[in-house]
Amino acid sequence: MAAHAHTVKRYRGLMDWLTTVDHKKIGILYLIAGGLFFIVGGLEAMMIRIQLMKPMNDFVGADTFNELLTMHGTTMIFLAAMPMLFALMNAVIPLQIGARDVAFPFLNSLGFWTFFAGGVLLNISWFAGNVPDAGWTSYVPLASPTYSSGHGVDYYLMGLQIAGIGTLLGGINFMATIINMRAPGMSFMRMPMFTWTIFITSALIVFAFPVLTVGLVALTFDRLFHANFFETGSGGNAVLWEHIFWVFGHPEVYILILPAFGIISEVVSTFARKRLFGYSSMVFATVLIAFLGFMVWAHHMFTTGLGPVANGLFSIATMLIAVPTGVKIFNWLFTLWGGSIRFTTANLFAIGFIPTFVMGGVTGVMLASAPADFQYHDSYFVVAHFHYVIVGGLIFGIFAGLHYWWPKMFGRMLNETLGKFTFWTFFIGFHLTFFVQHFLGLLGMPRRVWTYLPNQGFDTMNLISSVGAFLMGIGTIFFLVNVIASAAKKQKVADDPWEDGRSLEWSIPSPPPEYNFKQLPLVRSYDAWWNEKQKGNAEMPPAEPVGSIHMPSPSILPLVMSIGLFAAGLGFMYDHLIIAIAGLVVTFGCMFLRSVFDDHGFHIEPEEQEKGVHV
Amino acid sequence: MKRLLPLAAGMILLLSACGREDLSTLNPQGPVAQKQFDLMTLSISIMALVVVVVFAICIYVLIRFRRRKGDKTVPKQVEGNHTLEIIWTVVPIILLLILGVPTINTVFGLSKDYSKDPKALQVTVTSHQYWWEFEYPEYGIKTGQELVVPTGKKIQFKLASADVTHAFWIPSIGGKIDTNAGTGTTNKLYLEFPKEGVFRGKCAELCGPSHSLMDFKAKAVSQASFDRWVAAMKAPAVMPEDSKIKEAFENKCLTCHAVGENNAGSSAPNLTGIGSRQTIAGILYNDEKSTEENIKEWVTDTQKVKPGNMMPSAKDLDLTQEELDGIAKYLADYKLDY
Amino acid sequence: MSAHEHADGHLPHEPEKATLEGRNKVLGFWLFLGAETVLFGTLFAAFIALRHQTLDGPTADHLFELPMVFAATMILLFSSLMSVFAVQAMHQNRVKAMIVWLIVTILLGLCFLGLEIYEFNTYVSEGHQFATSAFSSSFYTLVGFHGAHVAFGVLWIGLLIAQIFKKGLTVVTAPKIYVSAIYWHFIDVVWVFIFTVVYLMGKVG
Repeated sequence: MAAHAHTVKRYRGLMDWLTTVDHKKIGILYLIAGGLFFIVGGLEAMMIRIQLMKPMNDFVGADTFNELLTMHGTTMIFLAAMPMLFALMNAVIPLQIGARDVAFPFLNSLGFWTFFAGGVLLNISWFAGNVPDAGWTSYVPLASPTYSSGHGVDYYLMGLQIAGIGTLLGGINFMATIINMRAPGMSFMRMPMFTWTIFITSALIVFAFPVLTVGLVALTFDRLFHANFFETGSGGNAVLWEHIFWVFGHPEVYILILPAFGIISEVVSTFARKRLFGYSSMVFATVLIAFLGFMVWAHHMFTTGLGPVANGLFSIATMLIAVPTGVKIFNWLFTLWGGSIRFTTANLFAIGFIPTFVMGGVTGVMLASAPADFQYHDSYFVVAHFHYVIVGGLIFGIFAGLHYWWPKMFGRMLNETLGKFTFWTFFIGFHLTFFVQHFLGLLGMPRRVWTYLPNQGFDTMNLISSVGAFLMGIGTIFFLVNVIASAAKKQKVADDPWEDGRSLEWSIPSPPPEYNFKQLPLVRSYDAWWNEKQKGNAEMPPAEPVGSIHMPSPSILPLVMSIGLFAAGLGFMYDHLIIAIAGLVVTFGCMFLRSVFDDHGFHIEPEEQEKGVHV
Repeated sequence: MKRLLPLAAGMILLLSACGREDLSTLNPQGPVAQKQFDLMTLSISIMALVVVVVFAICIYVLIRFRRRKGDKTVPKQVEGNHTLEIIWTVVPIILLLILGVPTINTVFGLSKDYSKDPKALQVTVTSHQYWWEFEYPEYGIKTGQELVVPTGKKIQFKLASADVTHAFWIPSIGGKIDTNAGTGTTNKLYLEFPKEGVFRGKCAELCGPSHSLMDFKAKAVSQASFDRWVAAMKAPAVMPEDSKIKEAFENKCLTCHAVGENNAGSSAPNLTGIGSRQTIAGILYNDEKSTEENIKEWVTDTQKVKPGNMMPSAKDLDLTQEELDGIAKYLADYKLDY
Repeated sequence: MSAHEHADGHLPHEPEKATLEGRNKVLGFWLFLGAETVLFGTLFAAFIALRHQTLDGPTADHLFELPMVFAATMILLFSSLMSVFAVQAMHQNRVKAMIVWLIVTILLGLCFLGLEIYEFNTYVSEGHQFATSAFSSSFYTLVGFHGAHVAFGVLWIGLLIAQIFKKGLTVVTAPKIYVSAIYWHFIDVVWVFIFTVVYLMGKVG
């Protein structure tokens, strides 16, 4: 601990974690929380697959099944996938751009705690006995007060609203960080691909999440205050909800997948010992995908009845996305081409990603054809498609990223043998689970079905699918064992443990000191660290002399604010206005305190830096 | 397909290639489904080509360029290649054009509206949690759960929902369309049934606990048979002979249901000729158990058969065993001759 | 990079951008306003979709009284102008003038809020309540969201004035004044759209 002249209080142990504004620690918090929710969502998935293992099964009831599928989708997207991405972006982005911190460390912490409060709120619905059951899309009228009495959907609305604040803050924070905090010489076109994709993803968050906010507010008003946005009996419009949801929902898909593209780019290029092929076209493709991502939402609504003009336009717009995505696929393949490929676990996941994602992508193009989509829509074909994209794309990407950056985040390696077990069980399990689901859909099995009658040709494939799901579960257990095993090991890893690191994060210790860079590096090219190594340099050239480093103070306020919002959410739901107002007063009171009392932070002096403190 | 077959995925895919004739989209039984199937085939072919190319390059690269043990050499750092990048931008655009043109064609082709065409049969579909109502406005008749249509005619549907959003889907005849609640969002869809037969219909939008059980049947018959069906539907209702059963039926069933001219504006499925239908409640098949047994199973505990549905069970209605037996027998025998 | 290097009197010309923290704050706030734009855009979209669904309740044409709304518009526009003067005064390091302009800004903001509350009250008494129709729900939500933004702005700028009294104009307080002024312009611009889309279009049908 720093015994420094400054009066800023520094904490140890649990209080350190509750008050931290260090992006690396917040990244770890995101990983733990996201991992926890991933396990919860995974257990829900297992129960779904057990129920569907055989026709007319009664493992769970119809109501419970709808709750499971709703919570599985919502949890996996908002509380598992996004936080794990936030974990990686927190852990890596400031290091990749040569920054000591993010633009808004306090907001970063607030973003984590609001996400966590929202996630916990959503999940205590299981204990309250009122669980959301209208699907993660929460279509009205099914989710309207008329057809969904009880508080299930309220938990969905409040939980996502609170968690959404955190996500929006994160988006703003990382955009500002990447624009303002890059090290000297790190021009936009020298940024690593992962940084680029996070930059674009953050922009998508900033412009897509407020749409969800409004949708949630409107439905909340309908449910709690008798508003009529979606009340078809009172002039409201249920199709409006579908539009609002998907105007948010489609960019959300790209919010999820673009970072995976970034991770794959980094991993493939590192383990092929080759520069990313077609870097500038990769950047352009990313921007184009994000841009197009905002104009294709109605392809989720081909069967809503928007008419042939809208269906035709959205078909073509959707197909266009295949072009930049194809560019990316071939760029990865040609990064590998002529390289020296090393099959680490991280790289196995990255290489497994490529064909898997291509399969998810081509079914995407098939779905884009509106008349054919009349057959695919809301069938198991769609379930297969989006799991290929989200699990085969995003989750493979996250696994690749975790295995790749684990030594940087924790200073320890994950075991490669266990890692390979993780990969093969998960990879095979994944394809077993979801490949057959394409055919289930084509044979006429609608999605979100609690059970199915025998003799429809669905039985065997459902059984295969369930067996696959168990394999995926085993894969996840291998990963958890690996994490625990690596935590038990005490050995420290090198700065550049893969030896072929290309970007700045590999030029500093693992894990990095609190201030990341003792001297901000001078960036002289794309793949800055790799090029310095090629020139025979053991360190990045510094852009500044060694000096005193200013750090922000830790703060408990973000946690308190989130608890305030959590209480307010519950208060509104259960009509206890006093609790609701008290919660809001706590939150706004904290904002007041934050505004009135300036955070002067503290300094770490050069002599302390030598000691390598605060890890 | 027997469950004991080896679980080799490829084998199963071959065996189940096309699925049931009355259910699978891969086994189209009408021109609408056929057009959609053609589009699916076209897109699958193009996409299979893409997948094969990517897989081939992928496998080649992984074998050819794997790192040998102890290899410290640094490969040539390539920035990119304009020719290649142009190729993999332009070729996909061409492939998409090949898919895009027929897509647009079919989008407009399948959205044709025959509601003013005197040669087409008009059917109004209203979806309920968890059953389907079919009204024939030209004939002034309504039926539930089993759509009866003539072959060789265009059937023009007008679809809406009485409660939440559902979706109307007869996979082997044509793709689905949502049934929306509220004004201004009524949907139209036309289908054709060239072959006689019974086709399975499904609800394809999550609509509550019994969404998975919201099946219906579409029965295509010859024009002559259809005309006989219409006539039989319009004929005066057959009521139970036994006066006690008749009274129970009127007081405990017809409060919501209808038969023939009795209680025609009802809120529950029309029961006229229920004995000729393939299923009870859309999911209890009358060829597996007798119609009478199925009706009894359904009425005894409706929540067990379809959780969350609106129909009260026998005990809620104070139906005695005698009344239940009588009504079940009456309904099972209530058949239409067509 | 320290936050208090310039705190002793010699402020640079644009004190809000003197430190990295300040620049981050200004950029971050612009991004936040981007998100706010989308938020209001969605509220507008919902309102436009539902504005004719009045059921038995009063219609827009029947309800709205343009003179009063026009007065409210002018008040808010002037208020926005006052905040421009405040930022100008800040750039010239005339702290007292800046405070005066800011006080006028929030006073006008309060007038606007008063008019809005009066307006809503009148509507409710005419049978145009939150739950009356889809039109009324979307109207109150859109205009109410804006009103809540004005109220928050008044409280926020009020708090900043107090801080200036306490801490003076420094490289820490200057960015706060600056972003609050951008915020104030933003809600002014939103109001111009509300005036057009809700009130004027409501009158012409």
